[in-house]
Amino acid sequence: MENFLQQLINGVTLGAIYGLIAIGYTMVFGIIGMVNFAHGDVFMLSAFIALIIYLAMTQILGVTSLGLVFLIVLVCAMALTALWNWAIERVAYRPLRGSFRLAPLISAIGMSIFLANFVQVVQGPRNKPVPPMFTDVIHVTSGGAFDVTLSYKQILIVGVTGVLLLAFWYLVQKTALGRAQRACEQDRTMAALLGVDVDRTISLTFIIGAALAAVAGTLYMMYYGVVNFSDGFTPGVKAFTAAVLGGIGSLPGAVIGGLLIGLIETFWSAYFSSDYKDVAAFSILVITLIFMPSGLLGRPEVEKV
Amino acid sequence: MSPSMSITRALREAGFAGLVAAGLAFPILTLGTEMDQSNRLVLEQRWSWMAIAAALVFVGRFLVLAFARKPARAAPHTGARVLSPALAAALPRAGVIALFLFPMVMLFWLGPQGSLKWINNYGVQILIYVMLGWGLNIVVGLAGLLDLGYVAFYAVGAYTYALLSTHFGLSFWICLPLAGLMAASWGAMLGFPVLRLRGDYLAIVTLAFGEIVSAVLTNWTDFSNGKAGIMSIPRITFFGLPFNANENGFAATFGLEFQAIHRTIFLFYLILALALITHVVTLRLRALPVGRAWEALREDEIACRSLGINTVNTKLTAFALGAMFAGFAGSFFAVRQGFVNPDSFTFMESATILAIVVLGGMGSQLGVALAAVVMVGGTEVLRELTFLKQIFGSSFDPSLYRMLLFGLAMVVMMIWRPRGLISSREPSVFLSQKKNVSGALVQEGHG
Amino acid sequence: MTARALSSPLLTIEHLTMRFGGLTAVNDVSFTVGRGDITALIGPNGAGKTTLFNCITGFYKPAQGRLALAREGLAQAENVDALTKSGRRHNGVIYLLERMPDFEITRDAHVARTFQNIRLFSGMTVLENLVVAQHNILMRASGLSLLGLVGWPSFRAAEKAAIEKASFWLDKIGLMDRADDPAGALPYGAQRRLEIARAMCTDPVLLCLDEPAAGLNPRESAELNDLLLSIRAELGTSILLIEHDMSVVMKISDHVVVLDYGKLIADGTPDDIRNDPRVIAAYLGVEDTDEAAEVLA
Repeated sequence: MENFLQQLINGVTLGAIYGLIAIGYTMVFGIIGMVNFAHGDVFMLSAFIALIIYLAMTQILGVTSLGLVFLIVLVCAMALTALWNWAIERVAYRPLRGSFRLAPLISAIGMSIFLANFVQVVQGPRNKPVPPMFTDVIHVTSGGAFDVTLSYKQILIVGVTGVLLLAFWYLVQKTALGRAQRACEQDRTMAALLGVDVDRTISLTFIIGAALAAVAGTLYMMYYGVVNFSDGFTPGVKAFTAAVLGGIGSLPGAVIGGLLIGLIETFWSAYFSSDYKDVAAFSILVITLIFMPSGLLGRPEVEKV
Repeated sequence: MSPSMSITRALREAGFAGLVAAGLAFPILTLGTEMDQSNRLVLEQRWSWMAIAAALVFVGRFLVLAFARKPARAAPHTGARVLSPALAAALPRAGVIALFLFPMVMLFWLGPQGSLKWINNYGVQILIYVMLGWGLNIVVGLAGLLDLGYVAFYAVGAYTYALLSTHFGLSFWICLPLAGLMAASWGAMLGFPVLRLRGDYLAIVTLAFGEIVSAVLTNWTDFSNGKAGIMSIPRITFFGLPFNANENGFAATFGLEFQAIHRTIFLFYLILALALITHVVTLRLRALPVGRAWEALREDEIACRSLGINTVNTKLTAFALGAMFAGFAGSFFAVRQGFVNPDSFTFMESATILAIVVLGGMGSQLGVALAAVVMVGGTEVLRELTFLKQIFGSSFDPSLYRMLLFGLAMVVMMIWRPRGLISSREPSVFLSQKKNVSGALVQEGHG
Repeated sequence: MTARALSSPLLTIEHLTMRFGGLTAVNDVSFTVGRGDITALIGPNGAGKTTLFNCITGFYKPAQGRLALAREGLAQAENVDALTKSGRRHNGVIYLLERMPDFEITRDAHVARTFQNIRLFSGMTVLENLVVAQHNILMRASGLSLLGLVGWPSFRAAEKAAIEKASFWLDKIGLMDRADDPAGALPYGAQRRLEIARAMCTDPVLLCLDEPAAGLNPRESAELNDLLLSIRAELGTSILLIEHDMSVVMKISDHVVVLDYGKLIADGTPDDIRNDPRVIAAYLGVEDTDEAAEVLA
């Protein structure tokens, strides 16, 4: 029971990170029908940006209040990663819009390779250990086989994710931007005819996706305490799996998918073997797609004849 | 096509691009993370990098805007040719002859020591990717099925040979067809449930499958010896004659002086033959009902079904056949390397092969071969850029930039030619005159 | 039109129902398609015509109902019932289409179709389009590709025959000189004809055409009438067509079936239909009977 509870806490934490990245995949897929392969590496880049800003705040500027540092790191990482993703969309994807379907996919794969190697070249190939922060833990239960703990980091991760998801949900459901976005998802040509600035809407989609990935990146950096240039691919693919599991194109689906993948992975590692946790996650993906092709919350596709 | 824009406007836009570059450079370029003696991360400030990046982008953007002709957005749709038809027709034959002569010419010109690098790193390496590209071309280019886990079948082929030869002592020549069969059955087994899936989902499932195979190879130590991989796989023999200095070796049997290059040259001809077999089989199948059904499937799956074509079987044949060629290539890879481990079968490999197919122009055999030369040859050339050390100092390592430039090249080439180098399609049958179909009309498939 | 009374039914549709979620697109429809007839399926937009087509050709699985196609002879009711009970898809003569997947309906029951929005293989040549349609015959001749791979003579002969058959149709639809051009480059009217020719290359006993005259000008429309009549006359193929263009419907069809809101509201000869008050009402609301009569006339 203690173990179960502990794994649940860990799984939800991991799932929150996956969910944040998954939203970026699902939104881009929804609006331009493209699998944005570089998104995982954008996430990795954001973790590096967050790390550097954190070091700059504490070492160069000497800010001591951890809460303030965290807030500034989060905001800066979101802004700078958004700028990166905006530039990536502008340079690598926009010229290919309306072209051959595979061209943007290959361009995105190229961008993914570029980003990972760019970070390797400018920041070095070695693991970057992050100074520990928010180390306190709350003992949820005690006296059993071992204490179930809930660390401040985990509370922070789940709390920040929850708040940002709510803000994001408001943005997409209730604002003009959100309407424009949903209109572009339905029919880009028609949206353009009705005066929606499609290019701008797509740019904003990339910006929002990157900002959420940056939140995930910041939390990831803090939680795991180490970042590496190659950290983009696996979380990226897992988050993508989460997006598909939840039903690609569906925003709540991405979050639920993220939580599920996080839980599956954590429980699999705890009860079976950590070696095969990736296999478990991917097998779930394959099984979902075969038996429930539109995911948990995706709209079922009716074949138009 | 709009000619160069006014200088002031170009300056303004370039200035904007420079500013963006400066923004992107902060902090990832300007602050480097270094480890100090106590293994603590400290920051190294290098603000000049930001200035350099901004200046480079500014100048580059300005030159492009002011002097290069800006292609209209619609331009990529017209399937303009890179090659004249006469050249495109002559190139394959000339290429095959040149390839047959290549090792001999190199050997004669550079001697056994000097030619090794060229025959091995360029010749054999590129030909492996040509073969893989042609194999995947059946799946992606002809049948229009997006396969992001192709490398899994390459791995199946490689491990089939590695395991059968080390455990049961089977020779390469027996394992080669077995590896192809094994990969094809894996292709069929995987394909059967997933080929009913629509469009991009197939891509995702194949990606997942590739990752599963690589994870199993990494973790199932009893089977594959895990990350360490399988060592001392028996080397290639000349149909039974080993390439060694013994008296029953290849050199002694043919009265030659023993040289290590003999094996490399033999490997070169072997992969050349395997690649050409792939090519010829593909060409012939294209003109058969099954090949035409693949292409029809790429064009319109629903129409195929309305014509009585069993689309699941048709996809399955494409998938299994593509997998089979990857299996052949995989067993060749294992016999060439002498060891295999899961690192050779990562998603990067699948992505590279797919990039070769798309860049070549989906469905075009010549295009795929050219793309393999450009992509693989290009990254090999980047290993040679040691002279840059004289410019950037001795700590500069050009091989670090290899993959960085590889990624960038993928992006640039896609923007330059979204439909690939050779986008026009050759009809499989004609009544009076063979006319190539413009790439703009050819569909890309939805699976 | 007396042909109808004499002919035996080719396709018997009984109690066909198709639902999408809560929407019943086709509701308990029964009618027969006569052998050698040209049967027209008409009705206002959204009446369920294309859905019914998709059920017949296997693209949709109907919720209820039986679609019995008798390739030859008379489909005795007891034979059909016996086949239905046996759980099999066909007995070689009678085919229960609702049990068969789409491609088998074309391959085994020989029901071919075209689409409302033309579905040609646009990047393949006109000739290739017609050769692909002969896939199953050629596939058999190529010995699952193995004989074809080595260029076996029997396969070569089959391929030659396939090209000849394609040429026959190219000649018939007047596209002989465009044989080696990509199908996607043809003008609209030619694409419509090519799609019909492609369907005919599968040797159908029943040809289902979904709005073949849509987007055609009057001259092309008249040519289409001639093409359909000659297909029926020369090859004896029965035709079932959805059409909005009443000049086509009234001129060439032997039998008209009218759907409205998924229900069958009339079934008879063109003359019956023209004067049927329910049809007139369905087309333009209850009041405007004169105008509706004009449309149907």
